[in-house]
Amino acid sequence: MNSALFLALRRMRAPLIVLIVAYAVSILGMVLIPGVDGQGMPWRVSFFHAFYFVSYTATTIGFGEIPYAFTDAQRMWVTATIYITVVAWFYALGKILQIMQDPAFQHVLAAGRLRRAVKGLREPFFLVCGYGETGSELVEAFDHRGVRAVVIDMNAARVGEADLADLLLDVPALVGDVRAPDTLVLAGLQHRRCVGLVALTNDDQANLAVAATARLLRPDLPVVCRCESEHTAKSMAAFGVHQVIDPFALFGVHLATALRKPGHFLLREWLTAAPDELLREPLFPPTGRWVLCGFGRFGTRMAKGLELVGNTVTVIDSDPAVAAARGLLCGQGTEREILEQAGIRDAVGLIAGTADDVTNLSIVQIGRQIRPDLFLVARQNQRRNGMLFEAAGPTVTVQPSMVVVHECLAYLMSPLLGRFLASVADQPNEWANELIARIAAVMEERVPESWAIRLDAHEAPAIVEALASRTLTLAVLLADPQRRSEDLPVVPLAIERGDGLIVLPGPDAALERGDRLLFCGRGRGRRKQFLTIADANVLRYVATGQDVPGGWIWSRFARSGEA
Amino acid sequence: MNLEKVVFGFFIVMAMTLNFGYFIGDLTDVTQHNVYELYAAIVVNLIATVLKFGDRTQVGALHLATSLVADLQLIVGAIVLAYAVHVGVGITPSTVASVVSLSGGALLANVVSVVLLIIETSQLRR
Repeated sequence: MNSALFLALRRMRAPLIVLIVAYAVSILGMVLIPGVDGQGMPWRVSFFHAFYFVSYTATTIGFGEIPYAFTDAQRMWVTATIYITVVAWFYALGKILQIMQDPAFQHVLAAGRLRRAVKGLREPFFLVCGYGETGSELVEAFDHRGVRAVVIDMNAARVGEADLADLLLDVPALVGDVRAPDTLVLAGLQHRRCVGLVALTNDDQANLAVAATARLLRPDLPVVCRCESEHTAKSMAAFGVHQVIDPFALFGVHLATALRKPGHFLLREWLTAAPDELLREPLFPPTGRWVLCGFGRFGTRMAKGLELVGNTVTVIDSDPAVAAARGLLCGQGTEREILEQAGIRDAVGLIAGTADDVTNLSIVQIGRQIRPDLFLVARQNQRRNGMLFEAAGPTVTVQPSMVVVHECLAYLMSPLLGRFLASVADQPNEWANELIARIAAVMEERVPESWAIRLDAHEAPAIVEALASRTLTLAVLLADPQRRSEDLPVVPLAIERGDGLIVLPGPDAALERGDRLLFCGRGRGRRKQFLTIADANVLRYVATGQDVPGGWIWSRFARSGEA
Repeated sequence: MNLEKVVFGFFIVMAMTLNFGYFIGDLTDVTQHNVYELYAAIVVNLIATVLKFGDRTQVGALHLATSLVADLQLIVGAIVLAYAVHVGVGITPSTVASVVSLSGGALLANVVSVVLLIIETSQLRR
């Protein structure tokens, strides 16, 4: 039974008993005290009339002295009755209101609502722990793709934001401590439709606790964690967390890739971008001496990333202690003389990497005034400042929360894509450029979509049926199901077969049951592919060029014609 | 000894004894069934019901259920009586019979309640 109801009933015991006793005493008094009827004859109020009278008196409705005018003795008793019962009612009502507003009771009610909402989810959903900058961006990205999410956050105000957010799908949200396994279970960790868990709170320890709970209670569930310390990352890896994301380190790695292998960087950007984004121009960061402002979590990793590929970095930090200890220049980065001192005149790039958005914006402005041709990198900490950064126009804006969101999406929405990107990291830059050229040839100005198809009876019934009797090659998935002589605007990226991964398979690659295929290209190509994999007649046309009638009578005619 | 247990036991047993007092006597003879006793039985039964609120155990649920049955039977009996006196033709032997038999049903529920109380207590004191 509903635990909220039990809680309310238990708290209501005292007021209810007071109310019953007040009624009982009042009614009994009314019955016992003799009265007179209209003719002045002795008359006793019956229990029925007494109950009626006390009911309307106690609730302050007050119909008057019914059925006959009372004697003075009765009126004395009624006076006492009024005070007893009305006070009892106010006490009970006050208690009810108090219970309604009690945080514990509210929490029980909210938990009950969430349990029902989660139970009612019929589509796959992701469990998102932490609804801060990153969490809200991620939930919004899920929403754009029509994917459901359930949110838990410790902060009631943030959960309120989730309720008010402008989303298409309803997002069940709960205020609760993610470190408590109960909370995760309540939010649907063990739900059949829960397909992934993302821990994005600011607290590494809390993220670790979430990861541990998920790995122990649902070992099959993909888990992605945000983590900023190496120590915690190791513990997470020990629990077998699939993806540990350190936003700052990740961007350092990205930047190093962008400097060393611009082709790979662009490929990754294209494949993990949100759909409908415009294709971005490739970036070619210069090599040489960089000036970096802010030597915190972001700055240290950026410096490491830059130095890894043969740059020299001059660092400015506002904390005198840090600056003195490491032999850095001390300042905000907004002072012209400090920038001059750091050698901005002969640097190739300037990075505004402090934790304060306004400081970063002014560093960008001053840098541009001194040297208009600098490669400017700005760190954007808060989502709401997006339009300021757009107006200031640094060459690159880094938003740590977006870095995490992209990484989560790439991993959760298409795990095969993550595997593909990891396996091609060692290829030379020319290889990536060639692939980019192939993708660009099928795309117009939008970024490609990427998707995976599993060749099983559920997703690709026609293919599985055909594979039982003959062999098929990848070519059937690349031809237009309406005119097989034309190619679909798709590029096959990989075939996953068991533990192996075939990168960039050719059109003559054989298909096997159970394969997972990764494609990228235009949405139109994807929709047409679905015709081929689901419909046996379409597949036969694409594979053989014969347009065979589908109905029973027509297939008989066709067969007799052949014979 | 625990005052809460005393109060709890007092009301449950009292609900049964008052109910029994009203029930006992000739089935159709109105003079043998005092209306004040019915009133007291209803009030004490209601209090006993409220005292049972909020216990989430299996026995607690059964306790509450028996009390609700007794309340229902007694209140329906009281309504039948009030209707006969104020709206209908007055008290007839058949009216008395139905009111008293309804209270008999309530008595059975109250007996179950007391049995439950005894079982619970005997389990507690090994």
